[in-house]
Amino acid sequence: MTATVATPAAVRPVPVLRGYRFELTKLLSQWRVRLLIVACWLAPALFVAVISRQSSLPVDTLFGRWMHATGWAGPLVILGFAGSWALPLLTSLVAGDVFAVEDRLGTWRHLLVAVRSPRRIFASKALASLTVILVLVVGLVASSAISGVVVIGNRPLIGLDGHVLSAGDAAGKVVLAWLCALAPTLALAAIGLLGSVAFGRSPMGLLLPAMVALAMQLVQLLPVPVAIRLALPGYAFISWNVLFTSPGQLEPLMIGVVVSLVWAVVATALALFLFLRRDFTNPVHDGSGRAAITAGLLPLVALFAITVAVVIGTTGATGSGIDQDKVQQSVATSFAHLYRLQTRQLNRPAVTEEQLQTSAACTKGGDQVAAVGPGNDWRCVVSWHLPGVEAAGSAIYQLDITPLGRYVADGDGPKEVNGFFLVRTPAGDAPNPLWQFDGSIELLPSTPKG
Amino acid sequence: MDKPVRARGITKSFGEVVALDGIDLDVAAGQVHGLVGPNGAGKTTLLGLLLGLAVADSGRLEILGTPVGRALAAPDGVAGFVDGPGLYPSLTARQNLAALAALRGKEQTAGIDEVLHEVGLTDLADDRVRGFSLGMRQRLGLAAALLTKPRLLVLDEPSNGLDPAGKKHVHGVLAKLAAEGTAVVLSSHRMDDVEALCSDVTILSTGRVAFSGPLTKLATETHELDYRLVTSDAATARRLAGDTSGIRVVDDTGVRRDAELLVVSAPVPALDDLVKKLVLAGVAVRELAPVISPLEAAFLALTEQPESI
Repeated sequence: MTATVATPAAVRPVPVLRGYRFELTKLLSQWRVRLLIVACWLAPALFVAVISRQSSLPVDTLFGRWMHATGWAGPLVILGFAGSWALPLLTSLVAGDVFAVEDRLGTWRHLLVAVRSPRRIFASKALASLTVILVLVVGLVASSAISGVVVIGNRPLIGLDGHVLSAGDAAGKVVLAWLCALAPTLALAAIGLLGSVAFGRSPMGLLLPAMVALAMQLVQLLPVPVAIRLALPGYAFISWNVLFTSPGQLEPLMIGVVVSLVWAVVATALALFLFLRRDFTNPVHDGSGRAAITAGLLPLVALFAITVAVVIGTTGATGSGIDQDKVQQSVATSFAHLYRLQTRQLNRPAVTEEQLQTSAACTKGGDQVAAVGPGNDWRCVVSWHLPGVEAAGSAIYQLDITPLGRYVADGDGPKEVNGFFLVRTPAGDAPNPLWQFDGSIELLPSTPKG
Repeated sequence: MDKPVRARGITKSFGEVVALDGIDLDVAAGQVHGLVGPNGAGKTTLLGLLLGLAVADSGRLEILGTPVGRALAAPDGVAGFVDGPGLYPSLTARQNLAALAALRGKEQTAGIDEVLHEVGLTDLADDRVRGFSLGMRQRLGLAAALLTKPRLLVLDEPSNGLDPAGKKHVHGVLAKLAAEGTAVVLSSHRMDDVEALCSDVTILSTGRVAFSGPLTKLATETHELDYRLVTSDAATARRLAGDTSGIRVVDDTGVRRDAELLVVSAPVPALDDLVKKLVLAGVAVRELAPVISPLEAAFLALTEQPESI
């Protein structure tokens, strides 16, 4: 028996929503992705719970020293760690493999026949990997926040300039900080897509986001000009700090987020461009090659150079961004806020910052070198006044300032002010907020050029 | 528009390499059409064009009545695979098919059970594909293609890795599909498969069509073949063969030595004469078959490869 073809057949690509569900099903069937989801939803909670039972705190990480004081420090400690390690690794394992896996399985042709549109395959894969990454990120923040609030408590948080954020304000800022960190996560995810397309089945594609993130971290550790820091898509992993100073200089945060988003768009567009050019008729060729890598790399190098020029042009930022005035202002502000906190702890009469008239005199390297740039040889003498007391009080701090503008101020005395890690309060011994504190220096000039 | 595949003057090059050079191909509805040729002849490239995986450089291609444009996409109603079926090892057989069905906007599971049964994988429906043999994957790949109820099915080496039972299943499915009006285009290196399944065949050689038409036509165009003749009296058979015009007794070097076996080279009419003589002489003919099939002989002749390697 034979039949005839009654009507011409239409070419109807599969809708993106169906392709997206298909890709999501495949991603979620991988044990690696399932393991990541479980880890992201459980590990932060376990970490916060364990820290809450330990006497030592992760003071090397921003807000780590406040983990016993409030549950909102936990999500920020996790954010600090995630920005350095977890998010680059997660984006590598999800977005960095989403195209390469089809090469390894030899399923490209099957997928093309089924979906009938390379463009829609790309969109489906990008959206599915983005969804999984969002699930992982939400897991990190939700797990650490819920665990922190339940185990430690919904209490106020001390900001990076010593001011106190109410519990509600801290919660809002934590969410905002994680939202800002999404921008560089998207940039890394886009770099993962690009690597996955450009390197084919090679493991280099899988490693690319992690390697790019590592390279960016190395650059951030070097004493490079501030414009270069801001032009890197990973800067928003750092610049969320400004949300925890008052008033915060939001400009670096905005620049960091915008730069990250631009990188996300450009890297995704490059990945799409390379993907659409790929020849799927040859099963041996996986689309990788010098031309693909060059086509993916050169535009990003150009983007970086243009961003540096734009940042310099719009902000006037040159040099390290760390100078004597900024250090002095930051230390004096933090000290004033924390002095008021200590006053409350000790049940002393309340004072205002205006009454304290705090100032700091800072030098670097014992006046042997210019007082600019990062280093652990900064020394500050803080002075303040109390109402009705004629003599000014003074306290000494040794500062270790990183190239990122973050610093740890280590109190050198006097003992009853900042020389000992405990203070004797009416309720018993408590951590001395003036003994050691974290701070952050705004790297950009306070007024834009022009 | 009565032909699901109609190709005229199709060319396709990859850089300096001409993969297809002016290919004409017609496949009718309900026809199982075999595509054979040596490695590098352009079979996979041609199948890829039919599946919308590539676009021809020039020529005209109509699939299911729809002219194929420059976009990489096959029309509705086309299914199949080249270079093995695309399956996801972390999913079970059923999940693979369900995901594909959902992709096509079909959520019902009845069709999935049906196609799994058709290819004989019902018992393995909930096993992960990771543990499947090549033959099982081939059958599941066929099931995936069947799920879309294709009007044109394109298969690249569908019998690869199949055991006899699996092959029987696959052949049965393809024959049933063809009987229902589906056009099937398949490539294979297994001439026995092509002969068992296909009514028509196209032989490709270095990107060109060396032959295209019914298998029966190929057999008549094949001039003289070697035949294995097993009789009850080899000596008499050898004498009678020598006496028959058009028959040449072939030295059976390279063929299994057997006291009752004779290899003769002859056109079909001369062979008929020999059989008559054998019967009249009271010699029983126990086996008479080509040493190599007409298709294989034609394949070797048309693609200019030596017949015995």
